[in-house]
Amino acid sequence: MNRALKLVGRRAVSSIPVLLIVVVGTFFLLELASGDAVDAYLVSLGGGDAELARSLRESYGLDRSPLHRLWLYTSSLARLDLGWSVAFNRPILDLILERLPNTLWLMGSATAMAFALGTLLGILAGARPGSAADRVLSIGSLALYAVPSFWLGLVLSLIFAVQLRWFPTAGIETIASGKTGLDRALDISRHLVLPVCALGFIYLALFLRMMRAGMAEVWRQDFVLAARAKGLARSRIVLSHVARNALLPLVTMLGLQAATMLGGSVVIESVFAIPGFGRLAHEAVAARDAPLLMGIIVSSAVLVVLVNLLVDLAYAALDPRVGAGEPAS
Amino acid sequence: MFSFSDFHRAFLAPAALLMGLAVLPAETVAQETPSGGRLVVAADSEPRSLNPAIVASNGVFFIASKVIEPLAEASYDEDGLEPRLATSWEAADDGRSITFKLREGVTWHDGKPFTSADVAFSALQVWKPLQNLGRTVFANLEDVETPDDHTAVFKFSAPTPPQMILKALPAVTSVLPRHVYEGTDIAANPANAQLIGTGPFKFAEHRPGEYYRLVRNDDYWNEGQPKLDEIIYRILPDRAAAASALEADEIQLAAFSQVPLVDLERISQVPGLTVVTKGYEDLTYQLVVEINHRNEILADPKVRQAIAHAIDRKFVVDTIFLGYAQAATGPVPKNATEFYTPDVPAYGFDVAKANALLDEAGYARKEDGTRFSLRLLPAPFFTETRQFGDYLRQALAEVGIDVQVVNNDTPAHLKAVYTDHDFDLAVGSPVFRDDPAISTTILVKSGIPEGVPFSNQGGYADAELDALIDKAASTVNAEERIALYKDFQRLVAEDLPLINVAEWTFTSVARDNILNIANNPRWVVSNWADTAIQP
Repeated sequence: MNRALKLVGRRAVSSIPVLLIVVVGTFFLLELASGDAVDAYLVSLGGGDAELARSLRESYGLDRSPLHRLWLYTSSLARLDLGWSVAFNRPILDLILERLPNTLWLMGSATAMAFALGTLLGILAGARPGSAADRVLSIGSLALYAVPSFWLGLVLSLIFAVQLRWFPTAGIETIASGKTGLDRALDISRHLVLPVCALGFIYLALFLRMMRAGMAEVWRQDFVLAARAKGLARSRIVLSHVARNALLPLVTMLGLQAATMLGGSVVIESVFAIPGFGRLAHEAVAARDAPLLMGIIVSSAVLVVLVNLLVDLAYAALDPRVGAGEPAS
Repeated sequence: MFSFSDFHRAFLAPAALLMGLAVLPAETVAQETPSGGRLVVAADSEPRSLNPAIVASNGVFFIASKVIEPLAEASYDEDGLEPRLATSWEAADDGRSITFKLREGVTWHDGKPFTSADVAFSALQVWKPLQNLGRTVFANLEDVETPDDHTAVFKFSAPTPPQMILKALPAVTSVLPRHVYEGTDIAANPANAQLIGTGPFKFAEHRPGEYYRLVRNDDYWNEGQPKLDEIIYRILPDRAAAASALEADEIQLAAFSQVPLVDLERISQVPGLTVVTKGYEDLTYQLVVEINHRNEILADPKVRQAIAHAIDRKFVVDTIFLGYAQAATGPVPKNATEFYTPDVPAYGFDVAKANALLDEAGYARKEDGTRFSLRLLPAPFFTETRQFGDYLRQALAEVGIDVQVVNNDTPAHLKAVYTDHDFDLAVGSPVFRDDPAISTTILVKSGIPEGVPFSNQGGYADAELDALIDKAASTVNAEERIALYKDFQRLVAEDLPLINVAEWTFTSVARDNILNIANNPRWVVSNWADTAIQP
């Protein structure tokens, strides 16, 4: 327990420079893009005179130098204040807390589906490398991986929402339905089926292929030969010896994948009209809302650090050697 | 014989006159139109402030015009206006004042009565100082006198054309409740998100990223209206998703061309769905080629004429707009019937003539077949503005002009063209706002400070044109003013400070059972009080 706490503490300290680099990098990248928040706003107004533009720049603080603004932002961030979004005219923390659950639901379910199904099918394929089942699964997964997610999303929506009407076309839940508790949970999961499939099917291939390749590797190891010689049942060899050993790199992959997914998916969130992180980031860039974009990136970065910590803990549970390697300083 | 029409003439006509003509159509419709129901419409964006008195834009009006009403709404009738919060108006001959008679018995959604004090407050504290359009339209507004609770007299410091003010009424005169805003920071008032108005619908809730919900105002001043119980604006940022949601009957209306032009033919075949092209006449967009006159090649009128001749307007209308547009002749669109004149120099599609003009200007073709190079910045605002940029590159290649297309996103385009002047040609899409004085003359007038979007930032200056624009801006008499604007169109078409290519507006796709849609020229941004669902 004490060791786990120390690990957490060390991670927290080492993540501060990471977050600082992320903040400064994002700020200057957005600063390099031509046009500012006032330009973006004036288009939505349909124009405005010079005095209006000047007073808006003043009220947004855009009349100050970039370095001054960066200092203001980082110093308020150090006080854990994410600031105010000019694009939405609301506190950034509210926006992020509002969207975070949607992204977590969508991305969590999609990753879980991709991992579970991908691992399972990977075991099927890897149980007998080179068999017909292996060929079909490998080629099928590769084909799925090659499909762009927005296209898959649109096709799924056309077939299952427009034609068959099994699922809603878009949204995170039924509008103003007044549902609560279990009804609401069911309603949200019904809305999530298509977007989760659109995202999950594509990442599934990643896990499937990795599992299969890992198992093919393990089959050649001596201990598998020993297990066979012992006369163990094939199914037991596949599950407890080959698959378990091949699972470790998948956990690493899961950690990396989860990090990617936490940024949200602009495309799937737009196609299925789900208010999540990806869309928010897209809107922040389009509106040149630097504090909002940095707020999103910083909170994603914090989540990624957390996920990596969980992955490390999971590693320790799966492979006793990992825990032993951790210095007990 | 005593026929029905005699009966009508003898008894109903005087009654109709007494009630005011505007009431009659509404009353007769009320007999047949079904009531109740929820209308779900697609919305593609969420404006940061919903207050139509501060932000007079289509995106805001789409939602807010159902809650907060203007003094008058646009109409297909001859005089072009239908009373809303004002019942009548009269302009003084000297252009120094306009007197509005206001509707009686109107209450705000919080129960307080609507009076002339609300109008005076809105005009002086909001429209004139804060509103994007009001700052121009009401620039000369000095005071609003309120002799009684239902009269507001607008006083101007200089002669102001009543024609312009009246044309602008639907867009610039959304009235705010004084008791909610007075003494607060108007731009930051919470009522800018949680709207309070006098309109047929009350603002109920906004779930960011998901929807807006408006509910019926039971105390609306026009009895029998509204017909609908609820309007929901579903946020659907993806245009293909809007089409799918329509087909699945999850939404009943998609406005502002949210269903892309290329999908219209397919979707019009879906049973139960109709493509509607009416109801947008007062929201006309103009496809223009903006020109940087600081470039000495483009400063030569012959070169500009050559470019105008090199553009096949028919191709633009038929292929880029798929027929949902019309070719333009000058800076005033055809559907602004009072102002428009076809009597201007025309530039037909004529490659030979364009080539001859360029030769004449002294830009002979070099060995590689080109004459000179230009940088073209197409505005990213519409699919069609970007597509026209690609077309223009090809069209100008035909006459030996080498064009490099520079694509930017919205803020970057705005900065490059209207602040940095870092372009040779740009494709723009200004809006014609019913009167040339509101947002059209600034496209060619000189002396506009840099950084003003959708204005003359190409460095064009012509003293004669400037003088004409200034004269029209202070001419009170409507006929004289129209004559001046006809001269304005001639001058612009002659000298080509910019090239007008086409004019277009939006389309809607709606379920067949939605009644009373597109019944005024700003329907999508009007109050929808008579819109109903046939169960």
